[in-house]
Amino acid sequence: MSNENTLSNNENDVSYLEYKGKHSGILGWLLSTDHKRIGLLYLISLSVFLIVGVTFGFLMRLELLTPGRTIMDPQTYNSIFTLHGVIMIFLFVVPGLPAVFGNFFLPILIGARDVAFPRLNLLSWYLYAVGGLLAILSILLPGGPADTGWTFYIPYSVRTNTNVIPALFAAFILGFSSILTGVNFVTTVHRMRAPGMDWFKMPLSVWSLYATAWVQILATPIIGITLLLVAVERIFGVGLFDPALGGDPVLYQHLFWIYSHPAVYIMILPAMGVVSEIIPVFAHRTIFGYRFIAMSSIAIALFGSLVWAHHMFTAGMSDTGQLIFSLLTMIVAIPSAIKVFNWVATLYKGSIDLQPPMLYVLAFIFQFSIGGLTGVMQGVLSVDIQVHDTSFIVAHFHYVMFGGTGFGFFAALHYWFPKMFGKMYNIKLAKRVFWAMFVGFNTLYFPMFIMGWLGMPRRYYDYLPEYQIYHVISTIGSWILVPALFLMFGNFIYALFKGAKVTEKNVWGGETLEWQIATPPVHENFIDIPIVTESPYQYKDNELVLQTQEAK
Amino acid sequence: MFDGVSNFSQSTDLAFFFTLVVSIFFLVLITVLMIYFVIKYNRKRNPKATNVHHNTALEVTWTVIPTVLVLIMFWLGWTGYLEQSRIPANALTIEVTAQMWKWSFKYPNGKETDSLYVPVNKDVVLNLHSIDVNHAFYVPKFRIKKDVYPNQKRSAWFNATETGSYDIACAEYCGLNHSYMYNKITVMSENEFNAWLNSPAKHPGEILASDTSLIKLPDSAK
Ligand code: HEM
Ligand SMILES: [Cu+2]
Ligand SMILES: [Cu+2]
Repeated sequence: MSNENTLSNNENDVSYLEYKGKHSGILGWLLSTDHKRIGLLYLISLSVFLIVGVTFGFLMRLELLTPGRTIMDPQTYNSIFTLHGVIMIFLFVVPGLPAVFGNFFLPILIGARDVAFPRLNLLSWYLYAVGGLLAILSILLPGGPADTGWTFYIPYSVRTNTNVIPALFAAFILGFSSILTGVNFVTTVHRMRAPGMDWFKMPLSVWSLYATAWVQILATPIIGITLLLVAVERIFGVGLFDPALGGDPVLYQHLFWIYSHPAVYIMILPAMGVVSEIIPVFAHRTIFGYRFIAMSSIAIALFGSLVWAHHMFTAGMSDTGQLIFSLLTMIVAIPSAIKVFNWVATLYKGSIDLQPPMLYVLAFIFQFSIGGLTGVMQGVLSVDIQVHDTSFIVAHFHYVMFGGTGFGFFAALHYWFPKMFGKMYNIKLAKRVFWAMFVGFNTLYFPMFIMGWLGMPRRYYDYLPEYQIYHVISTIGSWILVPALFLMFGNFIYALFKGAKVTEKNVWGGETLEWQIATPPVHENFIDIPIVTESPYQYKDNELVLQTQEAK
Repeated sequence: MFDGVSNFSQSTDLAFFFTLVVSIFFLVLITVLMIYFVIKYNRKRNPKATNVHHNTALEVTWTVIPTVLVLIMFWLGWTGYLEQSRIPANALTIEVTAQMWKWSFKYPNGKETDSLYVPVNKDVVLNLHSIDVNHAFYVPKFRIKKDVYPNQKRSAWFNATETGSYDIACAEYCGLNHSYMYNKITVMSENEFNAWLNSPAKHPGEILASDTSLIKLPDSAK
């Protein structure tokens, strides 16, 4: 996409992994303001929390294998699903792709040497770390881990004696981390684009990170202040939400979802960006409907901010409220649906190479479609009354957040890993692990749709015997999925130490800027800032005969 | 799938069935196309790709058709919901109290029970409130669910269409024994119901023992 000649030969320059700045050793990482090193700090911390969260999920599934007690008591179960939710949401999916791959690749994709505010960027990682530590503290302190669910609904969250306050402050601080990342990305996209890169020459993942960043900035303060008010209510007994003190619990739910619905777009938009990035590379052709995909990210961010009360269809809103929120929810589905059609159309007449990143992307499309279509079902008022707060919802959001964002995260990791580390993982193993993951995931979550429709409520430690068959299948799914996840991480860790070295700039045949710089990138990415003359994903070489990438 | 036994089950199940069929159609379409393209345009078979930027007719079609479909879905859900939100007059009205972790029911004549007994084919209104935290009154077979709040009133209603005994669950997380906040709703013929309501018996089974000539109970009510 850019003029090759303007990229000077930087082979002699040292990679960001070896670069020695003011500090060396571990401090060279902990105090580095290099966006790539910060991205790696996030990658390590997010992966650790993902593994902890997955372990909790695995334990929950074990408990649900049989009715009655299987391995733990109800109080433990309630704490574990709360921790699982808090960790997965606030410490894994929300920071997710922007914190790791946004930090690492956003500046490179727009031809910049760093983000606009590198020190703020480092601060945001520290806030993330403090938030994470507080969350861990809430497990260890006397009083016991919070047992409210990640939604902290009032009045239960002011009544329970567990450590709700540290958990609230953890979420509060993590919010600031997210806001700072948002501010940084918006400014970076506005001010740091390389010469010639006008808005419609930006790669699609930049568009989606940009849209996400606005949601992070605008929506996150609302959850911040709401959680702070819950703390005020708990500590000082001020009546805001607690009916016993004259407050309104439904007001809390509105405030909570005014953030937490847009938050689901913070989670999914960056993954959609990664999908739009990976498909053209492995189909080796231009993306279908570039402008639409770019604009739909903005549309989703905008309209997605107006549908929060679809989480409250059984709370007793006015008929007008129900009508508006149901209608808007249905409308928001359209831009997402069209994105899916665009992705599938991009496969048409491509030359498709099924490398691991592409496999994860195809699974994303399948699973995100299930998540999205069941989301539409939940927007249908009478249907939602039946499935609200049942395992149907649990299935739906795992299909979106795990089958979608989670798989998008894994796709990104397989796609950019060789660029980030200059090492290649075992591709054959990665493909096998993918299939185990795909089968495990769907076995784990699909049965939850069925039992949810039949009336199995969520956040249930115990259940009626007629639901056991679905629970058993689901738990078996977790026995496939979780080992596959560990194998995936194992494959990466092995590759870091023993993997084949990659020095080639462009392992997959991509046309965005990261594939034109050294592998791994040098300290400030570009020796000379590139001049951009073309839109991304041109693939002008399509008269060439391509070879399948041999598994390395 | 269509085992609902209240006046709402038909409209809810229809909305569910319609959205399900449309969803399956789109999922199959997307998946089949994906697999077909991946096979047909595999790099081994098709080493030369072709750039296709866009196709206006196609794009208009795949915007308009889903829009029309979601509007139909919306309408089905909305009309079903409206039926539920219009609380009928002249119904049997029962006060429902939720607390950690049980339900209690109070009938117009002052009678109080732990399980719910209602007559078949008659409008029943439930006035719901909680004395501690949030709960939700959920009868899966009736397709009704309503959140229950402390210090606030909510109402739900239904008209049961088949006698029998069905589960009531709590669907809003309410702490330690949330999953044990189960109870039964028993639907009886109007005569049996009235006989029971005006007797001192707690459970319909008790009248049966004292006066067998009065009523014949469905098995499920025992
Ligand atoms: C192997 C991996 C996983 C397993 C086995 C698993 C299992 C579960 C189960 C069984 C529940 C239901 C709790 C209940 O209703 O009682 C649950 C809830 C939840 N999961 Fe997962 N999960 C996994 C991964 C994830 C991921 C990757 C995410 C997010 C990206 C996630 C987000 C959530 C959230 C937000 C809840 C709701 C918690 C609440 O109700 O407060 N889970 N999970
Ligand atoms: Cu939402
Ligand atoms: Cu309850």
